[in-house]
Amino acid sequence: MSPRYILGRIGLWFAVFVIVSPAILFFLWMASLSLKFEIDNASYPPVFIPEHFAWKNYTDVLASNRFLTYFVNSLIVTGSATLLAMLVGVPAGYGIARMAAHKSAIVILIARITPGLSYLIPLFLLFQWLGLLGTLVPQIIIHLVVTVPIVIWIMIGYFETTPMELEEAALIDGATRWQVFRHVALPIARPGMAVAFILAVIFSWNNFVFGIVLAGRETRTLPVAVYNMISFDQLSWGPLAAAALIVSLPVLVLTVFAQRQIVAGLTAGAVKGG
Amino acid sequence: MSAITQIAPAVAETAPEQQWRRPSYWPFVLPALVVVLAIIIFPWLFTIWMSLNEWKVGSPTTFVGLANYLRLPADPRFVEAVWHTIAYTALSVVLPVILGTFAAVVFHQKFAGRGFLRGIFIMPMMATPVAIALVWTMMFHPQLGVLNYLLSLVGLPPQLWVFNPNTVIPSLVLVETWQWTPLVMLIVLGGLAAIPIEPYESAEIDGANIWQTFRYITLPLITPFLFIAGMIRMIDAVKSFDIIFAITQGGPGSASETINLYLYSVAFVYYDLGYGSAIAVVFFFLIIALAGVLLYLRRRTMWTEIGGGA
Repeated sequence: MSPRYILGRIGLWFAVFVIVSPAILFFLWMASLSLKFEIDNASYPPVFIPEHFAWKNYTDVLASNRFLTYFVNSLIVTGSATLLAMLVGVPAGYGIARMAAHKSAIVILIARITPGLSYLIPLFLLFQWLGLLGTLVPQIIIHLVVTVPIVIWIMIGYFETTPMELEEAALIDGATRWQVFRHVALPIARPGMAVAFILAVIFSWNNFVFGIVLAGRETRTLPVAVYNMISFDQLSWGPLAAAALIVSLPVLVLTVFAQRQIVAGLTAGAVKGG
Repeated sequence: MSAITQIAPAVAETAPEQQWRRPSYWPFVLPALVVVLAIIIFPWLFTIWMSLNEWKVGSPTTFVGLANYLRLPADPRFVEAVWHTIAYTALSVVLPVILGTFAAVVFHQKFAGRGFLRGIFIMPMMATPVAIALVWTMMFHPQLGVLNYLLSLVGLPPQLWVFNPNTVIPSLVLVETWQWTPLVMLIVLGGLAAIPIEPYESAEIDGANIWQTFRYITLPLITPFLFIAGMIRMIDAVKSFDIIFAITQGGPGSASETINLYLYSVAFVYYDLGYGSAIAVVFFFLIIALAGVLLYLRRRTMWTEIGGGA
């Protein structure tokens, strides 16, 4: 324990404090806003911990019957878009990895680079023409723009690292390619599938731009619903912050519990949708 | 599927060994191919076609050739949006790359609770952007916002933040930086993990200080990762939408209107879909060009490094 070591440790902890505090302070302040009555939220200097907690902000948001609709909408859109993406994306990642068709990954890269809005213009017309605009179907389909590239990209990377020997042995023994995929490759790829699933869920859940164009009153997802709250109650910060926290809570919980998978997925592909 | 498997043996007859080594994997890719064609390739081709037409919702469409594209340079709002995009992107690349590198160097050290703290550090980029934007809007509030209170604690005058045309872009960049520095950190952290330990040992023997070690050993070795991080950051910053839309809608006036925001207005507020498509196409090639420039710079710096050594 030399003085130099101790000094280094103090410096390190100071640096850690500086780096992490913006995130911690922000979310604490978000929680503080959501738990205060309007009097406390409108006071200056700001109140950090109120004398009385306004749990009412949360119960009000949760009790409004619209909230349940929007929550279910978000569940349906994110759930369907993620499951469909897994259904087509996992086999595709397997096929591309085994064919070593690296050029096809360019399409995925283009999807990654393209602004989400530019998909919206033609698909908006298509959905209008098909008469689907009042339903959740357009949003499910367009969320595939986010989820499918994530799943394919991560699965290509994952299947490339899994060993071929077992699969070749199974093929020699007379198994069909489908059997090999189903009984040999898939079980090994479960960790990769978890990464793909988690990231697809997060980026689909967070998506906002597709909803503001395609969602009607009854088909809003949660991010769109929260955004629409501003225009109605400009100054009721408490309920607004409570709603914001409720919307991001599932994702934040997922971040805490699946941090390893998220970090692995983001550093492998650095994919982000929209 | 059976049709494909029937053909395979006939093709493989010339090379019997190849039959099981390289079987056809097309059936696995086919469903995804259909989806990608429908939701990625088709929209692209259709966007290009629409950009060549006068296409407004509710009125008949007419083929106008490149007229939509020729409108762009003469459209002051578009030209202004290009400058806003450049300023916003430049700041949103440089700041997160610098701060993210610093954070990566710190998180590369061993300390108690590192995993937990890293989890908290990456929360800003995982949280729902619109929800975050709402809270930042409250924090930017000139009278009641907590940011002006924090400024007053250190003796600085209050700011108008996103409500002043001169400070709106830096204020939005503050949010963008807060949100996306973690991604840069993760990428650079991956680079740091790949560095061998020997150069550091010899540097310690030679008595190099922390800054010298970082400047002459760490930095050159992680430069490729900095470029990757910079490129990803650039692509995301150029098309940033949620944060800007939810906080300012491009305002005040049009002071924070980037190309993406303007594209939204043209297509879904004015419903001028032909012109909007032309903006989308130009926007896409602008992103590709910027990515190309960055890749070129990377190659050039690598070349000069080798050349300088010789």
